[in-house]
Amino acid sequence: MSTRANFDNNLKELKELLLEMAHKSEQAIKYAMIALLNQDMKMAKKVIEGDNEIDDLEDAINNKALLLIARESPVATDLRKISVALKVSSEVERLADIAVNIAKSAEHIGNEKHFKEIIDIPKMMELALEMVSESITAYYSEDIELAKKCANKDDAVDKMFGDLVHELLSFIPQNPNATNQIIQLAFVCRFIERIADHSTNIAENVVYLVTGKRINLNA
Amino acid sequence: MSTPTLTRQVFDIMDLNLWYGDHHALKNINFPINKKEVTAIIGPSGCGKSTFIKTLNLMINMVPKVKMTGEINFNEKNILDEKIDLVELRKNVGMVFQKGNPFPQSIYDNVAYGPRVHGITKKKHLDELVIKALMDVALWEEVKDRLTAPALGLSGGQQQRLCIARALATKPDVLLMDEPTSALDPISTLKIEELILELKEKYTIVIVTHNMQQASRVSDKTAFFLMGELIELDSTSTIFSNPKDSRTEGYITGRFG
Repeated sequence: MSTRANFDNNLKELKELLLEMAHKSEQAIKYAMIALLNQDMKMAKKVIEGDNEIDDLEDAINNKALLLIARESPVATDLRKISVALKVSSEVERLADIAVNIAKSAEHIGNEKHFKEIIDIPKMMELALEMVSESITAYYSEDIELAKKCANKDDAVDKMFGDLVHELLSFIPQNPNATNQIIQLAFVCRFIERIADHSTNIAENVVYLVTGKRINLNA
Repeated sequence: MSTPTLTRQVFDIMDLNLWYGDHHALKNINFPINKKEVTAIIGPSGCGKSTFIKTLNLMINMVPKVKMTGEINFNEKNILDEKIDLVELRKNVGMVFQKGNPFPQSIYDNVAYGPRVHGITKKKHLDELVIKALMDVALWEEVKDRLTAPALGLSGGQQQRLCIARALATKPDVLLMDEPTSALDPISTLKIEELILELKEKYTIVIVTHNMQQASRVSDKTAFFLMGELIELDSTSTIFSNPKDSRTEGYITGRFG
């Protein structure tokens, strides 16, 4: 029998709670994007209402982590596992908030006909979602290389953000009636750019978890 | 592991090997101990930590069939050299054990014991040394009105602080502590730990402890011993946050040992 079987089980449960939270947040982002593209107000509402469940999971993770610190006196890797779970859960909670923001933008646009076909925003979102998935997988498998691969995509997302916002705003003079829609879409670009940033933060936490060194992957 | 400059070291142990008969109990230990620092020694039972601490004032010589090779340089003088004066060495390198072991004498006589052995007889001088030592261990206020009372009437925690005062009364450079709180309740333990942090202003302290949190609370450096080898010696923050050796990690996180 392992000398700390009970503690190890609790650490495993903490990680599983976080993975459940990450999975729900990732789904929320996907649904928010579908709501935006298909102008599906029901879906947008569902995303906004589902955020409470994710917040509750974050509370459960925080409570469990603090209890483990208080009761198990963790050191070294054990302590890093708990501190990283706390930090990553906070990043994941922000991802879920972003899903809510996108869903709200979808509501603001409502059923107003899109002023043009939305093509590039889903592409940018695809890349950001790849980063979410990679950062969470890297956390799960404690894979530094995957964490670095994820963070390397952040520059591409940043560039897409700059280009898209520039392009969107340039449409306003010819489409003054679509100003609200265009501004909302520019917000969505900003939200997606933040998704990439949070994923990069998660990736940095994975490197700290494994090596004990804090590095900036997006220098 | 960085090697501090000579002037900062009070002990410099080089290639120390120790055998109990045929049993090789300490293997090639290289261990610098810095002045006015607290160095904690941790490791599972039988790893050699108590053996090691007892080499520093040669208490180990009281064990039959002990053989040592290498160097234990204390203030740049190798104490394994036969010409060493043991009484002088133990005056300079005091020791405190697991359980307070006061002599069956008065509180005053316990603390005055060391100075008397070293030839101090004038009452005024002895009084000064006793008061100072009792103040240093924060026991003075508790015992000043009953200095002639038997030391064995003190509580366990007080007895342990009295023994520390007894060790300090000879004005040592180094204080060795072999699991000094393992027989004490949590509050008495914390008092001794606070005392250790105060004493390091004046003394070099080497403490053997089974209590990992104690090592992390009080020490500047931590050394991890395993099966007679010094596996890792580093700053306590490094040892408890990111140790380099997986065996150290396994031990401090409670996965083996």
